[in-house]
Amino acid sequence: MTTIDANSPAPHGHEIDPNKPLYQQYKHGHHFRNAEEEFDACKTGMWLFLATEVLLFAGLFMAYTYFRFKYPEAFANGSQYLDWRWGALNTVILLISSYTAAMAVRNAQLNQQAKLRLNLVITIFCGLLFIAIKFIFEYLPKWSQGKRPGSLFSYPFSHDAWEPMWWSVYYSATAIHALHVVIGAGLLAWCLRRSLKKAYGPTHYTMVENSALYWHLVDLIWIFLFPLLYLIH
Amino acid sequence: MTTMDTGHSNGLHDHHDLPYLARKGGVWTTVKDWMTTVDHKKLGIMYLFAILTLFFAGGVAALLVRAELFNPVRLVEGTGINGIPARYEGQMLGQWFGASPENPNEGNLWYNRAFTMHGAIMVFMVIVPGIPASLGNFLLPLMLGAKDVAFPRLNLLSWYVYLTGSIFGVLAILYHGVDTGWTFYTPYSTTTDAGHWRVVYMILAAFILGFSSILTGLNFVVTVHKLRAPGMGWFDMPLFVWAIYATAVIQVLATPVIGITLLLLIFERVFRVGIFDPALGGDPVLYQHFFWFYSHPVVYVMILPGMGVVSDIIAVHSRKPIFGYRAIAFASLGIAGVAFIVWGHHMFASMSEIGSVVFSALTFLVAIPTAVKIFNWVSTLYKGSIALTTPMLYALVFLFLFAIGGLTGLPLATLSTDLHLHDSYFVVAHFHYVMFGGTIIALLAGLHHWWPKLFGRSYSEPAAKIGVFLVFVGFNLTFFTQFFLGTHGMPRRYASYPDEFTMLHQWSTVGSFILGLGFFWHLLVFIHSLAVGERAKENPWGALTLEWEADSPPSEHNFSHEPVLKHGPYDFETTVPPHWDAKDWPLPDPAAVAANRH
Repeated sequence: MTTIDANSPAPHGHEIDPNKPLYQQYKHGHHFRNAEEEFDACKTGMWLFLATEVLLFAGLFMAYTYFRFKYPEAFANGSQYLDWRWGALNTVILLISSYTAAMAVRNAQLNQQAKLRLNLVITIFCGLLFIAIKFIFEYLPKWSQGKRPGSLFSYPFSHDAWEPMWWSVYYSATAIHALHVVIGAGLLAWCLRRSLKKAYGPTHYTMVENSALYWHLVDLIWIFLFPLLYLIH
Repeated sequence: MTTMDTGHSNGLHDHHDLPYLARKGGVWTTVKDWMTTVDHKKLGIMYLFAILTLFFAGGVAALLVRAELFNPVRLVEGTGINGIPARYEGQMLGQWFGASPENPNEGNLWYNRAFTMHGAIMVFMVIVPGIPASLGNFLLPLMLGAKDVAFPRLNLLSWYVYLTGSIFGVLAILYHGVDTGWTFYTPYSTTTDAGHWRVVYMILAAFILGFSSILTGLNFVVTVHKLRAPGMGWFDMPLFVWAIYATAVIQVLATPVIGITLLLLIFERVFRVGIFDPALGGDPVLYQHFFWFYSHPVVYVMILPGMGVVSDIIAVHSRKPIFGYRAIAFASLGIAGVAFIVWGHHMFASMSEIGSVVFSALTFLVAIPTAVKIFNWVSTLYKGSIALTTPMLYALVFLFLFAIGGLTGLPLATLSTDLHLHDSYFVVAHFHYVMFGGTIIALLAGLHHWWPKLFGRSYSEPAAKIGVFLVFVGFNLTFFTQFFLGTHGMPRRYASYPDEFTMLHQWSTVGSFILGLGFFWHLLVFIHSLAVGERAKENPWGALTLEWEADSPPSEHNFSHEPVLKHGPYDFETTVPPHWDAKDWPLPDPAAVAANRH
């Protein structure tokens, strides 16, 4: 991702002036004709990458659909074990974070450095809160009760023989999504670190924009996972 | 041209005007320079060496398979598993790897490992990255008149991802290899070798290599969109670029699906989550759908770049505008589109009848854009001024072998005939004619065509032609016999067979060793060229695409000035005078050409 961004100072003996904000000193890659072309290219690249992410999750959604039709009872039962309130809370958290991520891009464009940092901090905090709720209030209690995937399943009061399959799909989908939340928070943390040095401003904010796009995708996937896993009985 | 050539007289150029191969200091500096380079040319060369090395490893595995099949193995001794009599004597791999009357299946196990490693290495590490990562990386920016790909550092990352994936693959080999078959079909792949990690290593290798493929594809798509030289519209691009573009689109759209599939397969194997395990409610057929949804489109990732190479070579070496430029370009995109809706033809045996009929019908669609390309190439040759150079010979070999490969695909797409032919040597022969006769032959064609540009050296034409002969004869002897083996009922993936197949198998094995000899010969020709080959000129073939306007080898930043497009990639009729020889490069003034013609 830092590669797509290419936002470290140009390598060819380019001196950094400590008195000017970093973003004003940014030099675009030598193989681009100008900075706009580079920005366009980076954004195109990011959108393509997001397409691959969608396709990755498409596989999981296919598996979900297939097994839902194969074992409707187990899946209806399974979703009863999930507390929709935790899911809803996490949805709200992610929606708020998506808003702050979008605002961070806006702040960079308007050179509002303090607000940019604040919005990045809120976004990252929301991401971590999401993970914490997921682990502490959902994964841990379920795992300790034996509601585990496949052969690891040991919950004694299951209603349907195929419930382990429900948990396999649940854990695979949400764990891979959680991994994406962590990656997204990592990207934004990198942005935050760079923004302390005023690396982003009206003339250069590629990395913030691309990280925010990634964050929106992570949010969007949860928007689909939440009703499919928690709300359909 | 280069400092060695003393082409520049002023001596004021900075280091960016040096050829990209020039050393910048001692051994350590050079190694560091190559390991951290973001130059698409160096990365292309490194990919080329890695791919050829792995091609050698996969080739050795193939020769092991063929050597084993030289003998039918009829001796029955020992008790085998569950008291079923098992053959082992006379089995080559069995003798090498310690089969005994108590342990007679050791040879079969090694046979399974040999063909799996051959398939997995050749597919995931050689043919899929083959042309795009090596020639594509090197040539794409040059052909577009750009200084580099859109994301040079991503390109470097992608190379290291490829290297990491390959290291996991090599690790699996060092742990004696896996015996799952390259498709990793469940439930076998999740249960075999239980308690050992080598199968996981191999799956992980394919998973990681997929990321490299995605990143390279993404880079190429953006490069084509954003970095074309001024004046270069979409229909002024060389057809190789069109082919690489279509390939990159498939890489980006199909590879994530194999990513999630292999990830679930690893979950399945390590944690037994049961998604593909019928005992836990899972479904192995779901795995097959997932697998082929990627692995069929990827067949076109393998062949499309080869088609691009051949399009360029045929036009240049018959010095004629390519016939039906747009048709060929759109056929590439057409193939990329159809690629996504035919995966079911790999699973006729495990689908409903209706599903099979639908997929059979859709599969025939592939023949349309493919035939469009073949007819256009043949039409380009018509009345061309054909020079039978090594690249051209290989391009013609490609046409011949690929046509056979394509036509033998039709009986496999037809349900009634596929019933008899599926899982037989007919299938093996068919896909080797397409993958080897297509992609690898095109790689050889492209390697010879662009060799002067890649390394700045000429190779020996007469010597290389001997190589063409050996490869052509060896290939056909190896695989044409297998069509007959298949129609006579020889199934794939068996280490032994009834006596009636002996003669055909032995011819096939002899052919495979001639083929191996042909590659060894080409290796010698290349080494000879690098060591003592003549210095190549900028444009030895008289081609009109932009990469030939750069030095041979190109300077670090490709062009000394930003190239501007003056003519189309194949405008031989308006730019090249009649009876002009490539030796007389550069081309005369276009006005003079026009005056001469009238």
